[in-house]
Amino acid sequence: MKNKYSIFSLIKNAFSQHENWKQAWGDPEPKKEYEAIIIGGGGHGLATAYYLAKKHNMRNIAVLEKGWIGGGNTGRNTTIIRSNYLWDASAGLYDHALKIWENLSQELNYNIMFSQRGVMNLAHNLQDVRDLKRRTHANRLNGIDAVWLNTDQVKEFCPIINTSPDIRYPVLGGTLQRRAGTARHDAVAWGYARGADEMGVDIIQNCEVKGIKRNGDQVEGVETSKGFIKTKKIGVVAAGHSSVIANMAGLKLPLESKPLQALVSEPVKPIIDTVVMSNAVHAYVSQSDKGELVIGAGTDAYVSYTQRGSHDVVEGTLKAILELYPIFSRMKMLRQWGGIVDICPDASPIISKTNIKGLYFNCGWGTGGFKATPGSGDLFAHTIANDEPHKLNAAFNLNRFVSGDLVDEHGAAAVAH
Amino acid sequence: MFLINCPYCGERDQSEFSCGGEAHIVRPKQPTELSDDQWAEYLFMRKNIKGVQFERWNHAHGCRKWFNMVRDTSNDKIHAIYKMGEKPPVE
Repeated sequence: MKNKYSIFSLIKNAFSQHENWKQAWGDPEPKKEYEAIIIGGGGHGLATAYYLAKKHNMRNIAVLEKGWIGGGNTGRNTTIIRSNYLWDASAGLYDHALKIWENLSQELNYNIMFSQRGVMNLAHNLQDVRDLKRRTHANRLNGIDAVWLNTDQVKEFCPIINTSPDIRYPVLGGTLQRRAGTARHDAVAWGYARGADEMGVDIIQNCEVKGIKRNGDQVEGVETSKGFIKTKKIGVVAAGHSSVIANMAGLKLPLESKPLQALVSEPVKPIIDTVVMSNAVHAYVSQSDKGELVIGAGTDAYVSYTQRGSHDVVEGTLKAILELYPIFSRMKMLRQWGGIVDICPDASPIISKTNIKGLYFNCGWGTGGFKATPGSGDLFAHTIANDEPHKLNAAFNLNRFVSGDLVDEHGAAAVAH
Repeated sequence: MFLINCPYCGERDQSEFSCGGEAHIVRPKQPTELSDDQWAEYLFMRKNIKGVQFERWNHAHGCRKWFNMVRDTSNDKIHAIYKMGEKPPVE
């Protein structure tokens, strides 16, 4: 590695007032032709390029990003990482990602601040209790750590939760995955960008894709705001804008794009050292290293590309937060934002070939794509390089909407992903 | 968040309404004749347009009637609202 980050490089640069750090990735103009092009410079796209270069030795590739890298949903999510999904296919996919997360800072030589602080999912009614217990058993059969906690154990693990039986949706218990946690989302994009750039990948920012050129059933290249670029393989990782790119290629996808909101509070001293999620009342909260409460709200129930979201959605989430955590009642919220998420009918992603040769889609991550970033990139790179899915993403093909073999994760993931 | 002019009740807050998704998807006349591909198209595939889109909406917390809407999904601007069964506006 050319510019390895270490304690020594830190000391060395301290003597020059940290003014001589090298740029972590370049700013190249696009070449005329690439072996493969990744559309979308978010975490998933950059990870795909990184693994294409690292594991499949494809170095003549480019990542096209219409804005700046990590400026979309990668920088807009609530950074939660977990793998406690119900179905075998999902468990395989998300736990593959979690295993990569556990060593990612070392692999990238970039501190992504991965923190396995645990994720707790609360149950508020009898059906929740049954569903979550079932999920705990399914997780353990798949080798994923999961435990059921009763109300007292929930209170012990996170003392600020209001476990009084008098509240509208009382806490009847919860599940805990201790290996789950959070990571610094920007660092994930930057770390992958730096790693990919070092292996020769061109990361081209401010380059919007305007069209996809096809010759019959084979892709020939992409029309961009920086001119035409020739290629035989295109991997689309455009999140909320996947349908827009698909329309350019004359494809229709089973997706609906909706704004998903999150918000953060003013920074305070450490008060919550884990992540607590509640599907039934739709509120989840954790605390960033800066001290802000990071709160996830829901999606609007209609298609929109506005990156805003409705006020009533935030209001509903904050009502639930206040009932569960009365201690937060005087907190002020600092910022609120929306990201456009592409949601599949079965709440599972698509990592798949299409019926157009050389065109691959990695989309449909809906409200929960961040946690899968390394695994998604790894498996999508495999799919693009070999023109065949890996066994871990075979179930997440586009054809499942024709065959009916859906991966219905609504029960396990539903609103809060 | 925006205001919607319900054709039966007048202008109300969007939170009173629920969206029924893409409009003018015709229910198959002969369901038994449909191939798997055609079922997938009918059930799952959506245009999901960034721009002007035709949608069905329901005044769920009001008159509970369905109607159609032409809305620009890139800025949430509503271009037209028309009743079920009426022809969609050309422009």
